[in-house]
Amino acid sequence: MSRSPISLPQVRGFLQTNRRDLWWLQPTATLLGLLAFIVYSTWGALQGTHYFLGGPSQIGSQHLLSPFYSPVIWDGAGLTSGHAWIGALPSWWPAWLLFSPALLILPFPGFFRFTCYYYRGAYYKAFWGDPTSCTVGEPSFRGENYRGEQKLPLILQNLHRYALYIAIIFIFILGWDAFASLWYTGSDGKDHFGISIGSLVLTTNVVLLGGYTFGCHCWRHLVGGRHDCLSCSKMRQNAYERVSWLNSRHMLFAWMSLFWVGFTDLYVRMCSMGIWTDWRLIG
Amino acid sequence: MQGGGFKDYSVEVTDGMVVLDCIHKIQAEQAPDLACRWNCKAGKCGSCSAEINGKPALMCMTRMETLPPGEPVMVEPMQTFPIIRDLVTDVSWNYEVKKKIKPFKPRKPDNADGTWTVFQEDVERSQEFRKCIECFLCQDVCHVLRDHHKHDEFIGPRFLVFTAALEMNPLDTENRLADLKDRDGIGYCNITKCCTKVCPEHITITDNAIIPLKERVVDEFYDPLTMLFRVFRARS
Ligand code: SF4
Ligand code: SF4
Ligand code: FES
Ligand code: FES
Repeated sequence: MSRSPISLPQVRGFLQTNRRDLWWLQPTATLLGLLAFIVYSTWGALQGTHYFLGGPSQIGSQHLLSPFYSPVIWDGAGLTSGHAWIGALPSWWPAWLLFSPALLILPFPGFFRFTCYYYRGAYYKAFWGDPTSCTVGEPSFRGENYRGEQKLPLILQNLHRYALYIAIIFIFILGWDAFASLWYTGSDGKDHFGISIGSLVLTTNVVLLGGYTFGCHCWRHLVGGRHDCLSCSKMRQNAYERVSWLNSRHMLFAWMSLFWVGFTDLYVRMCSMGIWTDWRLIG
Repeated sequence: MQGGGFKDYSVEVTDGMVVLDCIHKIQAEQAPDLACRWNCKAGKCGSCSAEINGKPALMCMTRMETLPPGEPVMVEPMQTFPIIRDLVTDVSWNYEVKKKIKPFKPRKPDNADGTWTVFQEDVERSQEFRKCIECFLCQDVCHVLRDHHKHDEFIGPRFLVFTAALEMNPLDTENRLADLKDRDGIGYCNITKCCTKVCPEHITITDNAIIPLKERVVDEFYDPLTMLFRVFRARS
């Protein structure tokens, strides 16, 4: 595009600004919040144990499963969660290769959050100062070499909708887990209905994750945003309006669901370790 | 401020004064040649854009009492455009950009008298974008222009909003997606939302204009399944 040449030297150095407000607060909070989650979830995923409560091996406890580990493809060595889709870890799994059921699962929600429009804007700022905050100087090496999402590698962020498709499947799976958490196996070997604190924790988890997932910008586009004529279908218009409502709170749901999914794992873990008790409220 | 220097002025501030009032007072009492651009003093003409304490804002809409009391107020010209003098910058680049965007191309009239029938819910999205007063504060704050000087490859948030208003208009038949992807450089936007934060008209620039356009570009150029689907549909 030929336009009148504009030569403006980049005058601000990294983190230089004339702003006087607490511009560093938000990126610092984002950095710490995301780092805390990454550290905890990696640790939690690597444990490979204490990811469930109840089931055939723990009579009388509600059936709780940590969302980091759901769906369980194979249980960890020597464990019977009652949630495994296939069963025990197959013998062909190389002994030298670390196994934890969560390692097969977490990459998917990880991919979803990594490519989320909200998180992109947030971690570009907090993690690689692009820019750290509005009107705050960037590292000088980037300068006119800036590529943004126009070129590789970040052009791949455009595949976010595929992460969404997988995330929607996960919402159904976690919804099933929340439903399963309403039951416990009694001493008669049968499943009985009951609501414990853990049932509420798992249900809140799927509600918050649903609020986050169905407020996704790609979802908003797919349900109606891609059409110029919204009124051409009442269903489309309704869906678009509802998703837009969630979408305008996407950041809120992003953080609430991130915190809660971590807390849900912690809750199940602590109960499974016997440190916390999963009190039954009803049933 | 020409040549990059700052100059200190002291003015007495009375109740209800905005930054532009102070600049006018300085012009009247101390520096008659101090250059600034203004017109309406009502936040509607978009002329008085500047940076106040490091933040892009309209001088006529920034009340003195919202700034930290007892501290000097720093007023600078916009950084993203060449300075003409003092607080006045040359924003003509924006007008050149605008000329290149494919204009509105309506479909054939719906009615015999040459008019169209449209529903409010279909024009609401475009209407939000039409509130723009072309103050160019969003262009000023956008780091793609401000720090990376991609003026030749990126049209900036103002013109993404302008394009969105056209693209989402149910009457419009033009397709601007290829331009958006290549010439207009929509991919350079990395969704920092700085433009949204400074817009005096509170247009939700990033969420309502830029991201939906990015998604339309994905449909057309990056999503393998949608592209495949389109090929099959065209064949049948
Ligand atoms: S959201 Fe995009 S267009 Fe707006 S300021 Fe940030 S990079 Fe620029
Ligand atoms: S979109 Fe908002 S900030 Fe940008 S030029 Fe228009 S009114 Fe100004
Ligand atoms: S935009 Fe955030 S999840 Fe899709
Ligand atoms: S003078 Fe018109 S917007 Fe400030």
